[in-house]
Amino acid sequence: MIDDLHSPDRRRALKCMAWGGSGVLWTLVGGVPASKLVGAAHGETTKGFSFVQISDTHIGFDKAANNDVTGTLNEALAKIGGLSERPAFLLHTGDITHLSKPKEFDDADQLIGASRLAVHRVPGEHDVLDERTGEAYRARYGNGTRGDGWYSFDAGGAHFIGLVNVLRLEGAGLGRLGVEQISWLAADLAARSASTPIVIFAHMPLWSIASEWGWGTQDSAQALQLLTRFGSVTILNGHIHQIAQKVEGNLVFHTARSTAFPQPEPGTAKAPGPKVVPAEQLRSFLGLTSVTIRGGAHRLAIADATLAR
Amino acid sequence: MSKPAFAIASAWAFVGVLIASISHAGNERTIDIGDFVFAPSEIRVETGARIVFVNHDDTPHNVVDRNGAFRSRALDTGESFSIVFDKPGEITYFCGLHPQMSGKVIVTPRSDRQG
Repeated sequence: MIDDLHSPDRRRALKCMAWGGSGVLWTLVGGVPASKLVGAAHGETTKGFSFVQISDTHIGFDKAANNDVTGTLNEALAKIGGLSERPAFLLHTGDITHLSKPKEFDDADQLIGASRLAVHRVPGEHDVLDERTGEAYRARYGNGTRGDGWYSFDAGGAHFIGLVNVLRLEGAGLGRLGVEQISWLAADLAARSASTPIVIFAHMPLWSIASEWGWGTQDSAQALQLLTRFGSVTILNGHIHQIAQKVEGNLVFHTARSTAFPQPEPGTAKAPGPKVVPAEQLRSFLGLTSVTIRGGAHRLAIADATLAR
Repeated sequence: MSKPAFAIASAWAFVGVLIASISHAGNERTIDIGDFVFAPSEIRVETGARIVFVNHDDTPHNVVDRNGAFRSRALDTGESFSIVFDKPGEITYFCGLHPQMSGKVIVTPRSDRQG
């Protein structure tokens, strides 16, 4: 665990986090990543298919780190409503609720539903706290999914795959996909050509960011191995409430900010968890992620925005 | 019953209740959950002891037996979960939300048990 903090990969990841925090637009051209500050990209035409990722809305949370999570979610949705191009859909990468209570889900559905955008989602560990460990989530959102709620669909020339890595955790300290889900993933990918852009989304990071804090997935390597033949793979996660990015060959990893509250960066606190920041700074730690697939479907542009005005 | 005899009997009854109370308190141990850690992370108790888990974090945690024998509900801030272990053995558990958190309870036979 400690070694991971001091490894070159770890240092690079932390460097990317600080860099990403200022708002970076990623462009993939033929698998080669390029970047520019979001501000510098203003005015650039971004015609194409786009969607927005939101994450970790934690509806029901009412502690010091943010006692108005519905308000900040509404601010995020207002930003989405103000985008110059209406996104095709929202991707919610989990922790919709804080305690999996029916009213929390109802409130989240009402708030997010007001955007009138289609929503694709995967559960976070906070969404499967019902007595039957996720059954309530699947009853509400699981139509058309397999197993614990994983599924795939095609849109904008890309193939989207929602994975579930917050169930059947074994006390090994990390998220878990499981043999059944990885087998399904292999079969799902087998029918796709290598030139199809792949977008994977799951709650917990599919790369090891801070294993001592559980920020990783114990069997993700088996899933990632299945993706090596594809030219463009974008992996979107939440859970850590801050931006972290890594490019590894054809794989682009990206975690999104929360709309609810920040968490500390690894190595800066004893433990993860809600981080209290001065009220006037809170919105600079919260935000959303926009992704555009441009013509030819080989160019995925990822842009992060905070809720700060 | 004469007044002195009644007083003595009452005194013994009071002492009996007091001993029972102390015995019960001595059989209850608390495991505090804070900063994503179970503290103490390892605890040794006798059979019949009640273990109380109390969450002090601003995020929910739960308590899950690694062998599947029990799973608490999610504990929000200030909430607790208690369990009594009736058989000797080692119980390892973790938080089902944050599986990097783990602990162990070692249960030994009660020392006052006869036969």
